[in-house]
Amino acid sequence: MNSLLKILKYQMQDNIRSKWVLGCFLFFLAFTYWIISFTGEAPKVIMSLLNIILIVIPLISIVFGTVYIYNNKNFITFMLTQPVNRSSIYGGLYFGLVLPLILSFIAGVGIPILVNITIFSESIFTLIIIFITGIFQVLIFTAFAFLIATLNEDKLKGLGLSIFIWLFFTAVYDGLILFLLQMFQDYPIEKFALGLTLINPVDLGRILVILKFDVSALMGYTGAVFENFFGKTTGFAVSILVLIIWFILPLTLGFKKFSKKDI
Amino acid sequence: MMNGIKIFITAWLILVNADIAAKVLIVGKQQKYKLISEALEVSSSSDTIIIKSGTYKEGNLIVDKSLTIIGKDFPVIDGENKYENITIKADNVIISGLKLINSGLSFIDDNAAIKLDEVNNCIITNNRFDKNFFAVYLAKSSGCEVSNNKITGVKTSEASSGNGIHLWYCKNIVIKDNYIKGHRDGIYFEFVQSSLITGNTSEDNLRYGLHFMFSDSCSYSENIFKHNGAGVAVMFTKNVEMRNNRFENNWGGASYGILLKDITDSKIENNYFYKNSSGIYIEGSNRVVVSNNEFIENGWAIRLMANSMDNYFSKNNFIGNSFDVATNSVKNYNEFNNNYWSDYSGYDLDKNGIGDVPYRPVKLFSLIVEKNRPTLILLRSMFVGILDAAEKIFPALTPETLIDNLPSMKRFL
Amino acid sequence: MIEINSLNKNYGSLNVLKNINLNLAEGKITYLVGPNGSGKTTLIKSILGLVKKYDGSILVNGELLNGGSGYRKDIGYMPQSASFPENLTVRNIFEMVKDLRNNTENMDEELISKFNLKNEMNKRLKNLSGGTVQKVSAALAFLFNPSILILDEPTAGLDPVSSGILKDKIIKENGAGKTILFTSHIMSELEDLAQNIVFILEGKICFEGPLNSLINLTGEKNLERSVASVMMGKVA
Repeated sequence: MNSLLKILKYQMQDNIRSKWVLGCFLFFLAFTYWIISFTGEAPKVIMSLLNIILIVIPLISIVFGTVYIYNNKNFITFMLTQPVNRSSIYGGLYFGLVLPLILSFIAGVGIPILVNITIFSESIFTLIIIFITGIFQVLIFTAFAFLIATLNEDKLKGLGLSIFIWLFFTAVYDGLILFLLQMFQDYPIEKFALGLTLINPVDLGRILVILKFDVSALMGYTGAVFENFFGKTTGFAVSILVLIIWFILPLTLGFKKFSKKDI
Repeated sequence: MMNGIKIFITAWLILVNADIAAKVLIVGKQQKYKLISEALEVSSSSDTIIIKSGTYKEGNLIVDKSLTIIGKDFPVIDGENKYENITIKADNVIISGLKLINSGLSFIDDNAAIKLDEVNNCIITNNRFDKNFFAVYLAKSSGCEVSNNKITGVKTSEASSGNGIHLWYCKNIVIKDNYIKGHRDGIYFEFVQSSLITGNTSEDNLRYGLHFMFSDSCSYSENIFKHNGAGVAVMFTKNVEMRNNRFENNWGGASYGILLKDITDSKIENNYFYKNSSGIYIEGSNRVVVSNNEFIENGWAIRLMANSMDNYFSKNNFIGNSFDVATNSVKNYNEFNNNYWSDYSGYDLDKNGIGDVPYRPVKLFSLIVEKNRPTLILLRSMFVGILDAAEKIFPALTPETLIDNLPSMKRFL
Repeated sequence: MIEINSLNKNYGSLNVLKNINLNLAEGKITYLVGPNGSGKTTLIKSILGLVKKYDGSILVNGELLNGGSGYRKDIGYMPQSASFPENLTVRNIFEMVKDLRNNTENMDEELISKFNLKNEMNKRLKNLSGGTVQKVSAALAFLFNPSILILDEPTAGLDPVSSGILKDKIIKENGAGKTILFTSHIMSELEDLAQNIVFILEGKICFEGPLNSLINLTGEKNLERSVASVMMGKVA
């Protein structure tokens, strides 16, 4: 654990100076600033931020994370020849990347919001959910990136797989759900649909936000399943729990693979 | 306020001018009259009865003379869950300063804390009502005023709960500045004419904050309706004016900011709809003008059913609603003109404040949801965004004429 | 001291190491030589714990390798081509490795001063030349006074002056009783240091012994020619 924190410290120092992380920060900053000054309305800003956290952040995290492992292959090998165990190295590399990314997201989006906090007075809680969701997306998709890069030696293959996973979770999956719901609309499959949505971390993040933002619409649906789920804190608790699982699962899987791997 | 002053001036005149025939009767433990019923018995018209603090359990009190009844420090009139507390059967009665509780639940009689039965020019003001079946009940009365009362109920079930302020076959009534919470319907209007509802707050009622039927030429304004089971229902009526009200957080499948059913020639102006499942639901209504309203973060800002015609929507702000307009048909005989839509992404090259591209407020996804509710779970997903964008470019399924040709670039203030 | 007993390693159907038995005696300089793809790197990686799945056993200073990482504190390793996080400074790198090894005493900073790395301390890695990175890597390998040094193609990328410095350092450390293993796929200027030569070909050890016995065996003039003749199959 101790050496994990040491690796984390130096990786953070490295990544925080990286032009990629700086680029992310500037992108978040410019985008948020622009959308606030252009619309001046909290709901519109929040909807744009929702797209950022559900589409852009997963893409950045998974691509950046995959490339990061490939580019640092020699250094990782070097670290492995030091008297440090593999779990510390994997964890140190992971959190050393994830924390600067999260920081760039929080600072980039947060600074323009703080400057204009007055227009968000009624949406503070939604904003908090946006931040929590965004942080989870970084954690989850970077964990996926590390898993993919650990499993595939071939850089091109790994990168392709990363982009596929991103596309699958952000768009293809929802298309499949819609298709299923339309196919079986005469059957009571809401529970099933709800379950399917909970399996996808991007959908989950989306649901956490719309639970807050679109609750009036969601409550307008009379289905008992939805009402029970969305109307109570259960929905929130379950979503957070599943997000945590989504973050732990690829991370431990990647770590298991990494510990046994021949470098 | 005016009424309060009036009452006190009257009371004061009565008290100082002993010459006037009217008497003042004081009821209380230490007073001549221990019971209200004794004072009612000996009083005559235009007398004033002053009730000192204490709890009075006297069954059903009947006021059949034009009396002014004033409570000091809110004496409690307890209906013991059996009786109607006060029944007014004479004109020109003023009741103020009482606390009325526990009017009896009954499935046969509409027991109220105060019932006005076929009377004129009565005033019910500054009273407190708690745990009653019905609180204030006006039947076949006119020229009365119900103001500044605080009415709270215990929400249980619709069957065992009555309405806060209930009007039936009334005329020229003013309902003003009351607070109503926890009844079946907060305010109930049936066959009422030329009456005004203003400055009231009606919240957390089981069913409707305001339930309004067959009541032509009435208006309600400056009221706040929130967290009601089904919002506000306005039905089977002509010439209603709805202005400057706030409709907030009315959540549920059958819950509306306003439910309009068979309404004609009416106006909905300058209202504020915030976070309702449906802002306005319009069914079988014609020639309703909806203008200068704010629709903010509602599930559906407007749900317009196909059997409605010639309704006109203009200069409204639609901001952050999950769906701006939903409808159940590809036909449309209503007009949307010059509204502000926060989802509008067009441009204004000639800088005249009006977008150069028309706005289509009905999204493809809202049609999908209308037919298949569980798909709601995909709200705001990227896939749905792609679908809506495609429909925007090649409209095929959304109503072609439901379109705002002059969308405003700026929010109306 | 490193003891390798019947080490077998295969990647799928490919046998990379075939029954390797090797003893690297304490205080000796061993030169591991063999062509590309002969199994040199896999052998080194096995000793360093980078390769985990193999048959046989490896003991480093008497400790059996079984997944632990502690034994590596006795090993200084200089990879063939090193790279470090590009946004860190040279000083950061040294601090980091010191931190990781939990060792700040008994530093051997001779190479840092001989390679003149003091002037590079505040530069970021991305601004360094490949040769300088190799110097940093070499300095790191010697920094902690490890009893075993494993140097993979150590002079590749170093200019002749620096190679000389490194060579002198190896001699000095060997004099101090350190076990040293270095590799090369071509003949390097370090060959005359070798006290023991291990020649590996297609995963098998073809020859192990002092330089002159190899030369005697093949009847060639020098190591290069001897190696060539072994590879041509003249000596089994």
